[in-house]
Amino acid sequence: MLRYILKRFLSLAISLIVASMVIFAVIEIAPGDPAAYMLGINAQPDTIAALRAELGLDQSKLQRYLSWVGGMVVGDFGTSYAYRSPVAEMIGDRLWVSLPLAIYALTLSTIIAFPAGIYAASRRGHFGDTAVMGATQLGVAIPNFWFAMICVLIFAIKLRWFSAGGFPGWDRGFWDGIKALTLPAIALALPQAAILARVMRSSLLDMLGEDFIRTARAKGLSRRQTLWRHALRNAMIPVLTIIGLQFSFLLAGAIIIEQVFFLPGLGRLVFQSISARDLIVVESVVMLLVFAVILVNFLVDLTYAIVDPRLRGRT
Amino acid sequence: MRNLILGAALTTVFVLAALISFIFTPYDIAALDIPNKLQQPSAQHWFGTDHFGRDIFSMIMVGARTSIAVAVLAVGIGMGLGIPLGLTAAARRGGWLDEIIMRGNDLVFAFPALVIAILITAVFGASAVNAIIAIGIFNIPVFARLSRGAALGLWSRDFILSARVAGKSSARISVEHILPNIGNLMIVQGTIQFSLGILAEAGLSYVGLGAQPPTPSWGRMLADAQTLVSIAPHLALFPGMAIILTVLGLNLMGDGLRDWLDPRLRVLRA
Repeated sequence: MLRYILKRFLSLAISLIVASMVIFAVIEIAPGDPAAYMLGINAQPDTIAALRAELGLDQSKLQRYLSWVGGMVVGDFGTSYAYRSPVAEMIGDRLWVSLPLAIYALTLSTIIAFPAGIYAASRRGHFGDTAVMGATQLGVAIPNFWFAMICVLIFAIKLRWFSAGGFPGWDRGFWDGIKALTLPAIALALPQAAILARVMRSSLLDMLGEDFIRTARAKGLSRRQTLWRHALRNAMIPVLTIIGLQFSFLLAGAIIIEQVFFLPGLGRLVFQSISARDLIVVESVVMLLVFAVILVNFLVDLTYAIVDPRLRGRT
Repeated sequence: MRNLILGAALTTVFVLAALISFIFTPYDIAALDIPNKLQQPSAQHWFGTDHFGRDIFSMIMVGARTSIAVAVLAVGIGMGLGIPLGLTAAARRGGWLDEIIMRGNDLVFAFPALVIAILITAVFGASAVNAIIAIGIFNIPVFARLSRGAALGLWSRDFILSARVAGKSSARISVEHILPNIGNLMIVQGTIQFSLGILAEAGLSYVGLGAQPPTPSWGRMLADAQTLVSIAPHLALFPGMAIILTVLGLNLMGDGLRDWLDPRLRVLRA
């Protein structure tokens, strides 16, 4: 097991290094000099040179890559070109919106998908199954930002249950924050819930066809008992994998939903930075999102190995 | 079969709308008609008009072109690069080339399409072409993994063995014998990626990373509708329905094709 963890950890480290190289290289292609951009068109060449030195832009590409990566390891993401403030602080502030939103959406998606998937599997071929599967087909096809707009129209503008956008900040109270994130989380959760419900159903149906289920039934357990005691527990493995993968996609997907609700999260930060050509912020946010995906994959693999010992041998 | 017919019918409607828009739209979408702005759906304007008085029905027809073109080209990039990579990896299974291709795939998988789009836009600026590249790159590992997996299963089969005995190179076997046998699978996956491409293009255009004005696109129409949705909900309703129905059609078609093309499922049904 230790060997497996070490091997996976090594592959995690390599993935992160290569990903950071790719991101750095792509951003390097960008035309223009950030220092000249920050100082405007009337800047003197020696002022630009001084700022270049201050930002470390006069170093070689390799040096800059190493200091960027080295800084990130200790939590120093550099200084924003546009705001002259530490990128780590800017990202930290925004994470307090994006991360709770992703967690909230994941919770909602799980709460919706589990009962729906279990119900559909237990009613296979009946009307309930067809209805749930039809609803998930639709759920997968609905763009979440469109659904978000419709939610705003109904629940914020017509019914006035929620505000149409914005975020009051967590210091105004936990429930105010949760309320502001509710519509965005619902919009974000819907397509994910549809996918998760389909996975839950098919995984459960696979399990219900297994021999040990027949044994349990032969032993005298009712259908309901076999489903809850035996099938569900085993069906959870693929479901947990999908939940893990969804988390990182929710974090990235939140970028679009934040635009609909004017939430001050990572998404808005990234778009502001693109238009301000604040590439160091873009670079760091992208690295953070990719890091989240790679880390979650790693954790899912480890959980897999803990749950299913057969997988440890295969690396 | 029912899914396949319904899905194909929905898809055909939107493909036809896109094709017809090249020669005819009920109204000129470039012409502004401010006195008639924000009209509700009526006999003259089936889906109403937007804040510039442009006919929404005509804009959806033209927008279909953008959505379909972006998604088709992105699937093309994914298939065109992904399948050869997958076939090569399978032909060199267990070797260093296989390892490099598959690790490269894992790496690309770690970049969601939106993140690729953000990176490309930050460097080159927003455009429909960059949206195609972003979604296309995202599609490559999908096809590479799928084609490698399917090809691996074939390499141990007798007919491949006889081709090797006959002296054919692995490249030739991949093209002549493996590719035709995984074609169905790729078509099914292509349909699904096509629908994901439509959704991704809409999302990218909505946040301003995709097609730029004046090129009409469903995502941009929704972005324009956002501030007006309280006084003119039809601005958001119709482009949204267009996206949903197209994606639904493609997904149903993908499901239907898989059932129809998979002989095992056909036997089960018979």
